[in-house]
Amino acid sequence: MNQTAPALGKDLVGLEPLSREQILAILDTAEPFKEISERRIKKVPVLRGKTIVNLFFEASTRTRVSFEFAENRLSADTVNIAAAQSSVSKGETLVDTARNLEAMRIDMVVMRHGSSGAARFLAERIPSNVINAGDGSHEHPTQGLLDMLTIRDHLGRIEGLKVCIVGDVLHSRVARSNIFGLLKLGAQVAVCGPPTLVPRNVRSLGVEVFTRVEDAIQWADVLNILRLQLERMEAGYVPSLREYNRIWGISRARLERAPRDILVLHPGPMNRGVEIDSDVADGPQSVILNQVTNGVAVRMAVLYLLAGGQPERAEAAKQGGEA
Amino acid sequence: MSARMLFRGGRVVDPSQKLDAVHDVLLVDGKVAQVGKDLAAPEDARVVECAGLVVTPGLIDVHVHLREPGGEHKETIASGARAAAAGGFTAVCAMPNTDPPIDDPAAVGFVAAEGRRAGAARVYPVGCISAGRKGERLALVGEMVEAGAVAITDDGSPVMNSGLMRLALLYAQAFDIPVADHPEDLGLSGKGHMNAGLVATRLGLPGKPNAAEDIHIVRDLLLAELTGGHIHLQHVSTSFGVESIRQAKARGVRVSAEATPHHLILTEEAVEGYRTEAKMNPPLRTAADRDAVRAGLADGTLDTLATDHAPHHYDEKEAAFTDAPNGIVGLETALGLVLTHVVGEGVIDLSSMVERMSCTPARTFRLRGGSLAPGSAGDVTVFDPEAAWTVDPARFHSRSRNTPFGGWKLKGVVRWTVVRGKVVFEG
Repeated sequence: MNQTAPALGKDLVGLEPLSREQILAILDTAEPFKEISERRIKKVPVLRGKTIVNLFFEASTRTRVSFEFAENRLSADTVNIAAAQSSVSKGETLVDTARNLEAMRIDMVVMRHGSSGAARFLAERIPSNVINAGDGSHEHPTQGLLDMLTIRDHLGRIEGLKVCIVGDVLHSRVARSNIFGLLKLGAQVAVCGPPTLVPRNVRSLGVEVFTRVEDAIQWADVLNILRLQLERMEAGYVPSLREYNRIWGISRARLERAPRDILVLHPGPMNRGVEIDSDVADGPQSVILNQVTNGVAVRMAVLYLLAGGQPERAEAAKQGGEA
Repeated sequence: MSARMLFRGGRVVDPSQKLDAVHDVLLVDGKVAQVGKDLAAPEDARVVECAGLVVTPGLIDVHVHLREPGGEHKETIASGARAAAAGGFTAVCAMPNTDPPIDDPAAVGFVAAEGRRAGAARVYPVGCISAGRKGERLALVGEMVEAGAVAITDDGSPVMNSGLMRLALLYAQAFDIPVADHPEDLGLSGKGHMNAGLVATRLGLPGKPNAAEDIHIVRDLLLAELTGGHIHLQHVSTSFGVESIRQAKARGVRVSAEATPHHLILTEEAVEGYRTEAKMNPPLRTAADRDAVRAGLADGTLDTLATDHAPHHYDEKEAAFTDAPNGIVGLETALGLVLTHVVGEGVIDLSSMVERMSCTPARTFRLRGGSLAPGSAGDVTVFDPEAAWTVDPARFHSRSRNTPFGGWKLKGVVRWTVVRGKVVFEG
């Protein structure tokens, strides 16, 4: 990679537009950043003087806090805006919100929004770096990256692994980012869920489709279990949460029939007893909390790279060098 | 303004008389007086030299949204009528999904009066099928026709209640007007924002499957067959829909049907990048559907070219995809798009184009024009089929700029649009 070319573009809108090399650069850059969170004093000056706005139009605890920790540990100045308390609730349009923030001379925006394409919309209209923290049913790239980092940590590789995403693929931005990212890194990808929640043409993206979760378990090395939102049941996609658990829920008993140990991921927050049983969530194959830990490192890596940092200089940057 | 006007030496294309030859056309007192070779120019006539140009019966667009009353920030009847004239249209049919909707004779009279006042293209009001566009009971269809309505439709929304549609198709026969329907099963298209295809899956956008349109088209065809009424199917976009209409026509069902320039030219890929200017309803579909629409236009299954001109303010389109409204403007790009990408690509010839954009719409909606036979209305369009131009939305006469065709290089420039023997646009 060219020493001076930015490792990423201006924005991180999704994993679909990224190359295999760019994704690997983010994962590799995350490695040295993991250590910062283990220090007694969890702060390095990598983003000193940078102003970052965390703009959350949808409620989020995990992702927002993870970004905040990543920003704070890199010494950025941050402002959090939640839709309910912002001028959005007074009818301001997304483009006006963006322009107003820009007028205050910020450097980066981390945005979560309920509409697919909102991150790209913002990225095309402001010069600041935009990081997509989830846009509608489109992508949640940092989640996809932290999932891949966690898989690589535990299994040593991504290439050649069989990863099955289980649940509401239709509405899931986590599913799309995983599909795009994992395929680029050479994994085999499958999806499994109720046919009402799996797009019929998803095969055209290059993934396999299982309807029966038992078949997925026979096939997979890794299960990434999606949260089933209560509103999907209310909208009639599945008749009841209990039935969903009986037919697609991941239980210890089901996992024990697998021909090999399966690594279990979940992007959270979990509905215990719906898509995942507690004996799996708390069991030895679960790496769900490792995902959370890795989330901070991956987000630090993304912030560092978008600020112009070079992957191979990450270690030096931590010691006090500029990004 | 001269009472006499002579178009001299143009290629006159008028399928109503099976005419495609270099001829002169003489208008006297707002009507066609004579068509023939080397006509003598009356002394007081305005002579328009048309060598190298095409002269046709005035183009008619039976499907436009002029937004007035209620949406004057998007378009007014006057600005829409001027945009139509600039696009070579001598007449348009204004859809009634305004605010308030055009569902009574007073409202129809308002649209007709504003149209006359604009002094550009003729504006024919279309009334609602149902009172308030609520889909519950028939609007005052007879009184609206007396006030000038040329058709009824709840366009913008389909008539979901099949019983109501049956009544509309029966009742409209008393007034010899078509019942136009926007075919879409809302239960299937639900919260969709684009075609339910691979692009939607990748972009994470909810889709509208073809079946939502197909089911409704088939239902309307069955009801037209049941009642003997005339169904006019708007903006057909699906392969199965085209085939269903083809079969119904073969059975003798009274059906007319539209193709739009955008469904003839674009596919769902135009939405890539969440381009709201390519968001419309029905959505842009796959290449197979586009090719079927082309084949339907070619064999006359889709007998009418209509734009579904749907202006929106730029603030409304400058939004996240799912927040943006459906629709694109079409009046000022239709002729160039059709000449360049439909006629130019050999889908239909020039004569068929005039048939689909003038003769058939006039016949279907029982409008003046659609012919240059002596005695016909003096509505004429003259264009240069070879002149090249680049679509620049900033120069539209429409109040809105929402088009996916900005920057496209097209052939075909309107030189004169003439209504009742009077020039309403000169390009």
